[in-house]
Amino acid sequence: MYSIISKKSLNPTVTQMEIYAPFVAKKALAGQFVILRVAEDGERIPLTVAGYDREKGTVKIIFQIVGGTTELLNQKNVGDTIPDFVGPLGRPTHTAGLKKVCVVGGGVGCAIALPVAQALKEQGAEVTSVIGFRSKDLVILEEEFKAVSTVFHMMTDDGSYGRQGNVCVPLNEMLEAGEQFDAVITIGPLIMMKFVCAATKPYGVKTVASMNPIMIDGTGMCGGCRLTVGGKMKFACVDGPEFDGHEIDFDEAISRSRAYADFENREREKTCNLFKKEVQ
Amino acid sequence: MAAKFNMSPLKNPMPAQDPEVRNGNFQEVALGYTAETAIDEAKRCISCKNRPCVAACPVNIQIPEFIAKVAEGDFEAAYQIITKDSSLPAVCGRVCPQETQCEGKCTRGIKAGCEAVGIGRLERFVADWHNANIVDEPVPAPTNGYKVAIVGSGPAGLTCAGDLAKLGYEVTVFEALHVAGGVLVYGIPEFRLPKAIVQKEVDNLKALGVKIETNMVIGRVITIEELKNEYGFEAVFIGSGAGLPKFMNIPGESLKGVYSANEFLTRSNLMKAYQTDSHTPIQRGKCVAVVGGGNVAMDAARTAKRLGAEVHIVYRRGEEELPARREEIEHAKEEGIIFDLLTNPTRILATETENPRDPAYGWVAGIECIRMELGEPDESGRRSPKEIVGSEFVIPVDCVIMSLGTSPNPLLKDTTPDLQTLRRGEIAVDETGKTSIEGVYCGGDAATGAATVIKAMGAGKISAKAIHEYIQNKK
Repeated sequence: MYSIISKKSLNPTVTQMEIYAPFVAKKALAGQFVILRVAEDGERIPLTVAGYDREKGTVKIIFQIVGGTTELLNQKNVGDTIPDFVGPLGRPTHTAGLKKVCVVGGGVGCAIALPVAQALKEQGAEVTSVIGFRSKDLVILEEEFKAVSTVFHMMTDDGSYGRQGNVCVPLNEMLEAGEQFDAVITIGPLIMMKFVCAATKPYGVKTVASMNPIMIDGTGMCGGCRLTVGGKMKFACVDGPEFDGHEIDFDEAISRSRAYADFENREREKTCNLFKKEVQ
Repeated sequence: MAAKFNMSPLKNPMPAQDPEVRNGNFQEVALGYTAETAIDEAKRCISCKNRPCVAACPVNIQIPEFIAKVAEGDFEAAYQIITKDSSLPAVCGRVCPQETQCEGKCTRGIKAGCEAVGIGRLERFVADWHNANIVDEPVPAPTNGYKVAIVGSGPAGLTCAGDLAKLGYEVTVFEALHVAGGVLVYGIPEFRLPKAIVQKEVDNLKALGVKIETNMVIGRVITIEELKNEYGFEAVFIGSGAGLPKFMNIPGESLKGVYSANEFLTRSNLMKAYQTDSHTPIQRGKCVAVVGGGNVAMDAARTAKRLGAEVHIVYRRGEEELPARREEIEHAKEEGIIFDLLTNPTRILATETENPRDPAYGWVAGIECIRMELGEPDESGRRSPKEIVGSEFVIPVDCVIMSLGTSPNPLLKDTTPDLQTLRRGEIAVDETGKTSIEGVYCGGDAATGAATVIKAMGAGKISAKAIHEYIQNKK
């Protein structure tokens, strides 16, 4: 069993937790992910590592409440346990040799973009951050990003905070102005990453996207997380989760990501209803 | 006085659930012999001098001896004889391809029209009888103080763990998933191998002192080198199983509704998606094509049938060439699975909508296949299939399950630079399972590519012996 050491609500739909998992904490690196189960009969869900403390033996996760499992996880509190927490899985972010990087995060993806930005800062790289949200009340990790960024852009779709527009607006401006990056690293909704990759492609800037497809075992056994990258089939769990963004077939990934959307919604409603009954 | 031998040319049939009933439930298909039937069947063994069955068994169970005990009605004695050589008798009695192993060589089955002794059915009976009647737990051997790590809790790992524990080693099994058993729990369905039986075998190992650590992906969380150098394991056995599922590389394989057999079976078996209240979704197709002809294909097809679909097995060779166990093929046919043989998929067709926002977008709508004919036998003696030009046709399906085998998992290779692999990625081993790293052994699918449960057990057994010798010589 794995204990919840801390819990913090970052916005109404996004929660941060630290889980006591010393084996995972000892090895985790930015860009890797874990798979957890919340209940003994529950599904396995992948979550990218949002941070770790090797001495305390804890791993930080940040998740958006989207389905039954994340709803159930959000109902857990400090001191509660979850039965399974396995990792670190996947290949870590390749940061070696990068000196000037633009990190582009969207929504809850910012939780995963942050440790990448921090790792880059630690190795002495100059970090430009562009983070975007739908509106002000969904903004997370602003101060943390500012702390590691030389240049910082905050965007909201509705203009309720920072600049109005999506993350591609400042990215395009910088690229057009002749700004040179060793790499652009983007983590967020698939549709956002698709447009970020499209924006950088004409400039030939190396662009890395972190993919989070539907997974089951996370060890390469099932192939449920397959993607088409450069015309070849890749498994996000063992070949990724990060890939060359200019080679990813995003339309296919978007379609596959919706395979169980109806089921997810039903599961979440069921879990919410159960919880409401308990409260009553 | 009853006759000493039962000279009936045919085996006692295996009682089974009615096909039309069982294809709608997930309970075990074969129901097992009664004690009377088992004794009657055991008397068909004539204790022949050559004992060809023993040599044909990958773990060399002393078959005539255990059968003689069954004939006497001393079922526990029979069990003790089997478990000297096999750690998982209740499993093997159910999933071994006996027709190509022990029973394939049985003297009683040589003459035309005669069937071998039902060795597998007797093994199953003996193991089930023991599990139902004997409550004594196995007693752990006194520890010899040496630690051995096992990577993977499938048939190879469990066998190796059991044999070493019996010799007094302190054995820890590391399993990547949340439950022990490997392919026995994620792959083979409940109706063929009830999970309670696997759990019982795992519990027996725990009673022998074997520790099982789940949620441990060796390579990532602890490397092989660290197991040896930091955690004090004298030797490591890798039984990490087969790897990444293969696809055909035809158009449409990324459509929604296309599964690898591993994914489909993992959702159903490990994650219990076959139960209506499961938290893991699975597509319950109306019409499903399963591509491939092995045991895994039969398992996937029969699972899909139980989830309510019309199911087609699509296989490019003919009936004779189907690699699955005969019994699985017969059971599948009885349950109403349609066999489209000499048929090969050319592409998977998508639903017609081109609007990505339409929920119907990007799902499977059919599978286009081409008819095949068998050519002349090649060097290996197998007749290779050739396409019949212009014979394409479409099977309208809403789900496709690819069951084409696996290629080795790169995870251990990537995290263990000194571990030598073969050209296609299997871990390189000698005949005892020894790898390129001292004290590290490997067996089962990780070394051979996809094979059978019993072959993995055989490899686990051989490596257990080699590890024992290695550690004793090192002292």
